[in-house]
Amino acid sequence: MHPEAHTHPDPHPARNATGARALRIGIGGPVGSGKTALVAALCRTLAADLRLAVVTNDIYTTEDADFLLRNGVLPADRIRAVETGCCPHTAIRDDISANLDACEDLEADLGPLDLVLVESGGDNLTATFSKGLVDRQIFVVDVAGGDKVPRKGGPGVTTADLLVVNKTDLAPLVGADLSVMARDARARRGDLPTVFLSLVEDPAATPVADWVRGLTKE
Amino acid sequence: MSTTLLLLADGRFPAGGHAHSGGLEAAVTAGRVRDLDDLDAFLRGRLATVGLVSAAFAAAACAGGDIHTLEAGLDARTLSPALRKASRAQGRALLRAGRTLWTLPTAERELHHPVALGVVAAAAGLTPAEAALTAAYGTVTGPASAAVRLLGLDPYATHALVARLAPDCDAVAARAATVDDLPACSAPLLDIGAETHATWEVRLFAS
Repeated sequence: MHPEAHTHPDPHPARNATGARALRIGIGGPVGSGKTALVAALCRTLAADLRLAVVTNDIYTTEDADFLLRNGVLPADRIRAVETGCCPHTAIRDDISANLDACEDLEADLGPLDLVLVESGGDNLTATFSKGLVDRQIFVVDVAGGDKVPRKGGPGVTTADLLVVNKTDLAPLVGADLSVMARDARARRGDLPTVFLSLVEDPAATPVADWVRGLTKE
Repeated sequence: MSTTLLLLADGRFPAGGHAHSGGLEAAVTAGRVRDLDDLDAFLRGRLATVGLVSAAFAAAACAGGDIHTLEAGLDARTLSPALRKASRAQGRALLRAGRTLWTLPTAERELHHPVALGVVAAAAGLTPAEAALTAAYGTVTGPASAAVRLLGLDPYATHALVARLAPDCDAVAARAATVDDLPACSAPLLDIGAETHATWEVRLFAS
């Protein structure tokens, strides 16, 4: 058969007005930047308004899922852990099959959802999500990693739909200059948004939650 | 030999294989595989058992064998529930990829990996012998790649080992594609290891 003689099903059906599937948001960033704490905060803030679930990709299968369970953020059936074979970036970018299975299984088991948060395992500045897996992605860095991180760039900092500079409460303690980080982020990211966050001062992660809410209404 | 065969056999083909160690993680943790010599023995054992069965079922599915009969046959040959689950998870991922690239004759979402491989190979225009070769090769390269990550083995030495096993892979695939009776070899330690592995709280690979 000639390749053009038939059409293939779209492997990733788009979200549409009838809510064919949940909005999927990827949350990535280096180890220790606060991804899981941000996911927990988003769940607490959004769970009342949105039907949501979480897929975790931590290198230790159940560690991040356990954190969410221990904190009573979501019931166990709304959290799925994906094993990544020592390569968290592979599972979110190069071979997304296990994550797609997890997202689809959540909706098959729980009924329609509004939002699935896909948290990557802690990786490096080059780890980004495939557009075949998520609709939007958040990249989380923290001020304790040094105020030069935005200047270093990398695909996460440069291309993420939202950059979160986390743990701003630590800035005076580690000598990080937030204005430098803001300036460098603007230089790297152009018009893409960047928010500064301290979950100690704002446990609801308000600016990030507002950004996510806006996306679910699109 | 065709580019399509290379595409399907490529470890970068997005069919979920990177998250499975083929039992190697359990063997490493149990202390049975510590170095390249151990890996050599592990891969030979796996190829001669799981490899032959997988290759034969892939060839049979590619040749148009009845999917449900083959599924039942593999269920009967896969003692460990954890390995049945791992096989179906990889089959599901392969069907997802295959359905995107080619037109599959089945709407099944989940099949045992060797059966899925045969179905996808046929849809891609490959022969049963090529399906068998892809299965046998994957039996070896999956754990070999996992060994590089888990044990920090020299990637050149590991690939040299895979190269030494190439004639064995070819032989297993050739035998698998021509047998009349589907083989039923098993590797008890792989079964036991898989069952233990599935209970671990902390693991890096899905199987």
